Amino acid sequence: MKRAWTLVRRRMVSSIPVLLIVVVGTFLLLEMASGDAVDAYLVSLGGGDAGLAQSLRESYGLDRSALARLWLYVSALARLDLGVSVAFNRPILDIILERLPNTLWLMGSATVLAFTLGTLLGIVAGAKPGGAADRALSVGSLALYAIPSFWLGLVLSLVFAVQLRWFPTAGIETIASGKTGLARALDIARHLVLPVAALGMIYLALFLRMMRAGMAEVWRQDFVLAARAKGLARRRIVLRHVARNALLPLVTMLGLQAATMLGGSVVIESVFAIPGFGRLAYEAVAARDAPLLMGIIVVSAVLVIVVNLLVDLAYAWLDPRVGAGEASS
Amino acid sequence: MSSFQISRRGLLQGAASIALLSALPGAVHAQEAPQGGRLVVAADSEPRNLNPAIVASNAVFFISSKVIEPLAEAALDGEGALAPRLATSWEGAEDGLSVTFKLREGVTWHDGKPFTSADVAFSAMEVWKPLQNLGRIVFANLEGVDTPDDLTAVFRFSTPTPIQMIRNALPVVTSVLPKHLYEGTDIASNPANNAPVGTGPFKFAEHRPGEYYRLTRNDAYWGEGQPKLDEIIFRILPDRAAAASALEADEIQLAAFSQVPLVDLERISKVPGLKVVTEGYEALTYQLVVEINHRNKILADLKVRQAIAHAIDRDFVVATVFLGFAAPATGPVPQNAPEFYNPDVPEYAYDVDKANALLDEAGYPRGADGNRFQLRLLPAPFFSETRQFGDYLRQALADVGIDVTIVANDTPAHLKAVYADHDFDITVGSPVFRGDPAISTTILVQSGIADGVFFSNQGGYANAELDAIIAEAAETVDTEARTALYNDFQRIVAGDLPLINVAEWGFTTVASARVANVGNNPRWAVSNWADTGLLP
Repeated sequence: MKRAWTLVRRRMVSSIPVLLIVVVGTFLLLEMASGDAVDAYLVSLGGGDAGLAQSLRESYGLDRSALARLWLYVSALARLDLGVSVAFNRPILDIILERLPNTLWLMGSATVLAFTLGTLLGIVAGAKPGGAADRALSVGSLALYAIPSFWLGLVLSLVFAVQLRWFPTAGIETIASGKTGLARALDIARHLVLPVAALGMIYLALFLRMMRAGMAEVWRQDFVLAARAKGLARRRIVLRHVARNALLPLVTMLGLQAATMLGGSVVIESVFAIPGFGRLAYEAVAARDAPLLMGIIVVSAVLVIVVNLLVDLAYAWLDPRVGAGEASS
Repeated sequence: MSSFQISRRGLLQGAASIALLSALPGAVHAQEAPQGGRLVVAADSEPRNLNPAIVASNAVFFISSKVIEPLAEAALDGEGALAPRLATSWEGAEDGLSVTFKLREGVTWHDGKPFTSADVAFSAMEVWKPLQNLGRIVFANLEGVDTPDDLTAVFRFSTPTPIQMIRNALPVVTSVLPKHLYEGTDIASNPANNAPVGTGPFKFAEHRPGEYYRLTRNDAYWGEGQPKLDEIIFRILPDRAAAASALEADEIQLAAFSQVPLVDLERISKVPGLKVVTEGYEALTYQLVVEINHRNKILADLKVRQAIAHAIDRDFVVATVFLGFAAPATGPVPQNAPEFYNPDVPEYAYDVDKANALLDEAGYPRGADGNRFQLRLLPAPFFSETRQFGDYLRQALADVGIDVTIVANDTPAHLKAVYADHDFDITVGSPVFRGDPAISTTILVQSGIADGVFFSNQGGYANAELDAIIAEAAETVDTEARTALYNDFQRIVAGDLPLINVAEWGFTTVASARVANVGNNPRWAVSNWADTGLLP
């Protein structure tokens, strides 16, 4: 337990400079992009005169220097105030909290799908490296990994939503249906099937290949030979000895994938019209809404840090050696 | 696919023949739609401000025009091609210093309060004139609004203001707001801007950000037997392919403003139960224009501009970039503005030899590499068609020895480069014709406009003769004399080429065959949909 707390504390301290770098970096990148929030807004009006642009800039504080705006933002952030979105004209925290659950559902389900199915298939493939099942799965997963996720999303939607009509084409739930409780949960689940499949399939391939490669390596180790010599059942060797030892790197991968999956969800959320975090980020860039984009990135960074912390904790639990050295140093 | 003709006249003939066939004299092809039903419509954006009195743009009107009504709406026939809405009649004084509106009786706001002339006076003086993007131009000289009784509003102007312009502007700039909800508040940040209260056939019910807007039937609407639908839902579908799939799966029944891309129309028009409608955008014409930076010495030479105009094959552009869903342009006023359109202007037939000769004459012979000079082209990123035309233009100008480099930006960066920094040689723009040259078009060529004003003359072009005509037309009250001035305007623009008009296009609607009365007025997509219905 003490080990875990030390880990948490160390991670919290080290995440502050990370967040600061993320905030300043994002701000500078947006500052370098040509055009500001007022430009983006006026085009949606079909133009406006110079006086209108000027008064809008003043009301958003865009007439101040970049440094002054950065300072204002960072000091507000230190008070946990994310500010007000220029494009949506609403508090950023509200917007983010509205969208975050959708993305978490999408990412969480896709991760579970990719991890469990990927690992299971990886075990099947790794049970007998070079066997028929291994060859088929390897080729299949390579093909899957090579497919861009948006294309997979479109094809899934075309086949299962437009042609077969098994699932809805888009959205997070049936619009204005008035459903509540279990009916609503089932409705959301039905809407999530295709996007989760599109997002999860790509990562599934990754986990499958990692598991298979790890197992292939473990097969060559001496203790496997010993287990065989003991006369253990093959099934037992595969599951208890080989697969278990190959599993550890996958947990690391899980943490790393959290960040990539956030990026991948931008595309999937657009294709399936899910009002999530990724799509919000895209909208924020298009509207040059600096405070909103920074809010999104800060929250994403926190999310990734938390996921990695959880992964570290899981690691510590799986492998007693992890964290022990750090705690005493 | 039916052939596409972008002209109001053509449409009128079509409507007339249908009327004859069904032996209903005078009736525009109105279908009898049953009561009830929920129409789900694709929307690709969520405007941050839904108030059309402040933001007169198509994205806002698309949703809010069903809730908040203007004084009059565009029509295929009727006086001045207008259909009365909150006003029943309008009359300009001989001297152009006042316009008198008679207002509709017995109209109530969605919260039950009566609609009166005080609402109109408040909207005009406190919102349209000071705050609205287009009202700032149209009502610049509005001095005050008198309300002798509850159903009369008299607009007083400080200088003669043409009734023709006011009439043409009515559908777009006169969305009336309820005074009792806005008076004494900060109008720009009033919560009703995002949950509008109006007099229209539908009430605003809810907005789920990122998901949908929901409008419900206004049972107290003044139109007899209207509206037909119980509910309209605007479902946010940012991905264009998603809109097409949702239509095919019958999850939505309508996608307007070409949300189904042109390349998909051929396929989708063959899907049973769906129809492609090109009518309903006649008063929402977009123009494909090559804008020119006249600060560049090469481009300041008329012969060079003429050469560029001759190098563009307009028919090819219409057929290839727009897949036929457009018409070649001859000048700054589109053909489906028959009130103003002047066909008698200098034309530039596609002629590569002539373009080459003009460039030789201008003193720019081909160099050793075959090129005469270089230009930087910034195609506007607003439509896939503006970008595609940019690619075409690069090739077309290469044929006459002009080496073009394309600079691709996203929207805010493009606007800044062109309108604030003037950092371009030529751009591809897409201005909208808004019913009257004084509202949308003269600003594209007039001199003396402040830097940074979007969709205006930022190319440094100045022509004293043209400026004089624009100024005179702005104060010419007599409709015929004013129209004549704009005929001259078109002739001069087409002759001196401050910009080059290439094509003009409207949009397409894809709808379920069950949706009745689609596209039956020239601003259909942004009109009130009171007669739109769902057949069983």
